[in-house]
Amino acid sequence: MTMNEMINQLIGKNGLLFAFLFVGIIMWVSFKISATLFNKKIPGVALAVSIGLSLAFLGDKKGIADLSLFSGMAFFGGSMLRDFAVVATAMGADVNKIKSAGLAGVLSLFVGVFWSFSIGVLCAYLLGYTDPASLATIGAGACTYIVGPVTGSALGVSSEIIAISIATGVVKTIVATVGTPLFAKYIQLNNPKAAIVFGGLIGTTSGVTAGLAATDPKLVPYGALTATFYTGLGCLLCPSLFYFVLRLLLNG
Amino acid sequence: MKIYGVALLAFCFLAGKFLGTLLGKLIDVNGDVGGVGFAMLLLISINAWVNKKGGLEIGTKEGILFWSGMYIPIIIAMASTQNVKAALTGGPVALVAGTIVTLSAFFIVPVLSKIGKEQIKTDDHE
Repeated sequence: MTMNEMINQLIGKNGLLFAFLFVGIIMWVSFKISATLFNKKIPGVALAVSIGLSLAFLGDKKGIADLSLFSGMAFFGGSMLRDFAVVATAMGADVNKIKSAGLAGVLSLFVGVFWSFSIGVLCAYLLGYTDPASLATIGAGACTYIVGPVTGSALGVSSEIIAISIATGVVKTIVATVGTPLFAKYIQLNNPKAAIVFGGLIGTTSGVTAGLAATDPKLVPYGALTATFYTGLGCLLCPSLFYFVLRLLLNG
Repeated sequence: MKIYGVALLAFCFLAGKFLGTLLGKLIDVNGDVGGVGFAMLLLISINAWVNKKGGLEIGTKEGILFWSGMYIPIIIAMASTQNVKAALTGGPVALVAGTIVTLSAFFIVPVLSKIGKEQIKTDDHE
């Protein structure tokens, strides 16, 4: 048995564990690049997800998991563990805290999810997508790169549409990160209340915190306060109420 | 014990998915409708209820927090296992939708900031 065969067999038998190691390395590299090359202006998380999407080009239908060495990635990134981890993030959401966000904060969450979903659906529709499940998935991806795939697998769309929804969410994170300091003065984003509203409207936590940090670090906790609830609200509304209404609208 | 936390999380997950699938049947959608959202609501409610009685034991909490911390790595694994080649042939929809959605949402900030009289009390802002 050659060394190569030995390694292949070892990894083949322990695919999931190799995926842990591999993703760990991707994250380490991403956070290093974020800190050294971009001075943390592009969040490490957004970079890591982008690297993930790029690695998927090495394979076909199942992305990098088409290569036998990386087959464990499919289970690690599959819908079961993903939804399990997404639900676990609700542990960080303190209901009492949402009260301190005030009426404007709570309203911004609902407006934010609704706005992102609607404009996302509209863009996808104008670019040629017509079936309600695909439209809802892309619209949900315009909320965050989590809401998209959660909605997509709940509605049973293809991996291709899920990939688009993740990419949409990643673009949102990067635009929020780069755009927030540029637009802050035009949208009066210079006080805690505006930051709370901003977090609820944009919702993509890494983009909101990175964007606010580049604008005024004091605003970060206020933006994070509402953004924490955004993905949960999106996962609740997009595959249910929003999809249902969308389907009614499209089928007349 | 950590397994109590993981078990509680699994209970919320399954109960939420069950509700979502049931709702899907009701509105004639072959899938799970908002299941993850229901599961999150359930976990938040259980957590809030237990907090009134002194809160979850640290070990139990850690069992849940571990999975919460695995969320980003799982998203990365998920991103790397999608059919991106086919997605790319779909054209620039991700770029267009992501950009327009975000920039347009910026301009709702000043509108919503005017709502409600309450100002946020802070120590470091006058």
